[in-house]
Amino acid sequence: MLSKKLRLDAHEEDSSYFLGWKEYEKNAYDDVQNASGIIQMGLAENQLSFDLIEAWLASNQDAAKLTKNGESVFRELALFQDYHGLPDFKNVLVDFMAEIRRNKISFDPRKLVLMGGATSANETLMFCIADPGDAFLLPTPYYPGFDRDLKWRTGVELVPVHCSSLNGFKVTKFSLEEAYQQAQKLSLNVKGVLITNPSNPLGTTMSHDELEELITFAIAKKIHIISDEIYSGTVFDHPSFISIMEALLDRKLEETELWNRVHVVYSLSKDLGVPGFRVGMIYSNNEALVSAATKMSSFGLISSQTQYLLSKLLSDKKFTRNYMKENRKRLKARREMLVTALREAGIECLKSNAGLFCWVDMRNLLSSNTFDAEVELWKKILREAGLNVSPGASCHCSEPGWFRICFANMSEETLNVSMQRMKAFVEKTTQQCRRGGGRVTHQESGCNSRRRSLSNWVLNLCSYDSEPYR
Amino acid sequence: MSLSKMATNDMHGEKSAYFDGWKAYDRDPFHPKKNPNGVIQMGLAENQLSFDLIEGWISKKPEASICTPEGISRFKDVAIFQDYHGLPQFREAVAKFMGKTRGGRVKFDPDRIVMGGGATGANEMIMFCLADPGEAFLVPSPYYPAFDRDLRWRTRVKILPVECKKSNNFQITKQALEAAYQKAQEQNIKVKGLIITNPSNPLGTTMTRETLKSLVRFINEKNIHLVADEIYAATVFSSPQFVSVAEVMKEVKCNPDLIHIVYSLSKDLGLPGLRVGIVYSYNDAVVSCGRKMSSFGLVSSQTQHLIASMLSDDEFVDNFLVESSKRLGKRHEIFTKGLAKVGINCLESNAGLFVWMNLQHLLKDHTPKGEMELWRMIIQDVKLNVSPGSSFHWSEPGWFRVCFANMDEDTVHVALSRIKKFVGNSEEVEPAKAKRWKNSNALGLNLSSRIYDETVMAPTMIMSSPHSPMPRSPLVRART
Repeated sequence: MLSKKLRLDAHEEDSSYFLGWKEYEKNAYDDVQNASGIIQMGLAENQLSFDLIEAWLASNQDAAKLTKNGESVFRELALFQDYHGLPDFKNVLVDFMAEIRRNKISFDPRKLVLMGGATSANETLMFCIADPGDAFLLPTPYYPGFDRDLKWRTGVELVPVHCSSLNGFKVTKFSLEEAYQQAQKLSLNVKGVLITNPSNPLGTTMSHDELEELITFAIAKKIHIISDEIYSGTVFDHPSFISIMEALLDRKLEETELWNRVHVVYSLSKDLGVPGFRVGMIYSNNEALVSAATKMSSFGLISSQTQYLLSKLLSDKKFTRNYMKENRKRLKARREMLVTALREAGIECLKSNAGLFCWVDMRNLLSSNTFDAEVELWKKILREAGLNVSPGASCHCSEPGWFRICFANMSEETLNVSMQRMKAFVEKTTQQCRRGGGRVTHQESGCNSRRRSLSNWVLNLCSYDSEPYR
Repeated sequence: MSLSKMATNDMHGEKSAYFDGWKAYDRDPFHPKKNPNGVIQMGLAENQLSFDLIEGWISKKPEASICTPEGISRFKDVAIFQDYHGLPQFREAVAKFMGKTRGGRVKFDPDRIVMGGGATGANEMIMFCLADPGEAFLVPSPYYPAFDRDLRWRTRVKILPVECKKSNNFQITKQALEAAYQKAQEQNIKVKGLIITNPSNPLGTTMTRETLKSLVRFINEKNIHLVADEIYAATVFSSPQFVSVAEVMKEVKCNPDLIHIVYSLSKDLGLPGLRVGIVYSYNDAVVSCGRKMSSFGLVSSQTQHLIASMLSDDEFVDNFLVESSKRLGKRHEIFTKGLAKVGINCLESNAGLFVWMNLQHLLKDHTPKGEMELWRMIIQDVKLNVSPGSSFHWSEPGWFRVCFANMDEDTVHVALSRIKKFVGNSEEVEPAKAKRWKNSNALGLNLSSRIYDETVMAPTMIMSSPHSPMPRSPLVRART
């Protein structure tokens, strides 16, 4: 009676993974009213710099109001539903994107398509590039929401490009080839590779070499590259961020076929911390794609009221420069806090330079080198430490024991509380392990890291709604 | 070809001859002072008659904005809020508003309200929930042209038009539905449901209670879905009063899991730019799935906050609904009376932002070609952009949809006098105390490009599309 998409969706109710969210909702931490509640560390939000935006609004009341030169613009905005987008807004967006990339490249507003969030932008790119049954390669670990955003309504398949902790989860020529061969074995027509750069959940930017390998691979296979650069403004440390567009220019690929097969996704949800405003976009040199995507954007246009407000905010270059600088500083400080505290508890993180989270190595705390043990550990962290963190399996990591922990969606005090709890938890767990007679060592966990040992519930995660992980 | 089939086919419907009308307007837009001989846009179903009421409210309620000193304390919470359930106050306010637009005869549950990216996004989303690729929905014609894109393009669902006879006053009949359903069965096309627009675009009429009841009985008997697009619910300006499918459900035995309503604030409140689309379903599984799908087109939280505030103001809403309806009624009267004076009749209507105008007596040729010729003449000589009936999949040539609520009164009179001249009547129309709007264009926006949200599809497009309706469609007959 209902569509297959709807019936598929019904399975998620069985996921034990949602336990985390349900527990949090039932028992959310509050520093005053519920100090023993669960602290949410699974949400990649940037709450660190709202004061800067609020201060701007307070001193720019005219701009914030719906008037221009004394005339009301309400009527025009209320009627404005042109899928080409508010021109002023697109102009300031391309400037903002260029600024984030240290003005090494410039963007043309005519190649920018506004979409209702990166969620919508990513799905639209799938609709434009792939037919049902075609495949995209995705380096793991990756943002869990991709399973829904890229596959659900489009019918596109995702084939993982397995990345390993042995080289810091970097994408290699070998891993790309292996994934491609795997797709061939499954008789899947590979249309492209989708990278998230900076990476979610790793918090790292792609190196020059990685980008080179990727470009070479895409040229050889004649496939697309989608670069989701949603975290590009959160790069707070070396090395600097290299956008795929910069990499193409460096290799002088403007006149080649690949130039028309590379597309960037961006959003203001992470950099400006305004996910509620649903501001996403696609940037592409491919005219046909821009044209098709523009028409598809009708299904999720950005509210004109929001386009107007943000066009005013981002047109203030003094504000944007100061905001980016301050925002990065605060993110870096938070990352330091988390990394230092975890280190004190005997836990290391992958060295990161971006994002709103750390990729944390808790393999030492696993009772065995399996995903079952990872679930077990995750549940214990939830119930005993009262922390909702994200297990690596939900990000399709091939090795058990890694967790994503967010640090920018709470106050500093709350982060301190969470770290104290973590320290206490690790101490207790370590003592228990010792009593139990042995922990998993790094050597043991490194090797057989393929998904063959995944338990059913993890496989089921592929088709689940992963809203909690945005 | 390196892009998908979807990106390169013409299912978006924009490669159509009808764009000549829009292009003519774009090249030569009417302006009372700067370009009094320009083309008047009468092809855009917008409600511009009651902005002053909304603007007035906004100026008195600074706390509804998250940018003002009074509202800024809510900025952070609102900016972060991306929960696909939507702001609770937003859902409550919309549910209450929907109830009021149905005269308080039905109550809506805020927990069944699901957001969509405008009605465009909402209609696509409900198709994704109810039908698989290749399955079909019946749709009474004449129907809103963009359904071809919204319901079919990315969903790959088929649309099967069901023609409503003029002799039946354009009301859909059980027999017509049965025939369409049977035809689909014979061709092995699985019909998943029926989608109606009530009040109707382009007819401007509301469905009678009896017709609605028979539709509900029909879908219930066939165990297929009914999607009622009620986007024009509050544009009803005269009797009969609007009867929503929500009301009829209470009077006819039916499985509530089959009933779904699509709604939006684009027409009733005149706020298409804010992209507030709603799916209201009585089916729990659809609400649950739809909610997740709404991630692809959530309403901006800034807008949710504003609308929540506006629609929970009972005094404002009650006054607005009465006043807006009155103004639409008056505008409708001015326009239809003006047309009648020069011998042009319109289908009697009680809702909508347009009239369904009968120009059959002006056709040289009672064929689709004849209609196109007349239409081109109207654009080029009379300088009015109106929408020909064939773009609404209506097979009887000579009908045109003409919008009247997207301009000031003065412009309506200019349009009427041009029509008069065209028809050859020398009697002068009295330019009543016409109200002229202050034509503010402070943002310098080219609002004419809005046309792309109201795409039309030429009959030739329908025939050549792989998703074309049955070969024996009346449109095919008309062309050969």
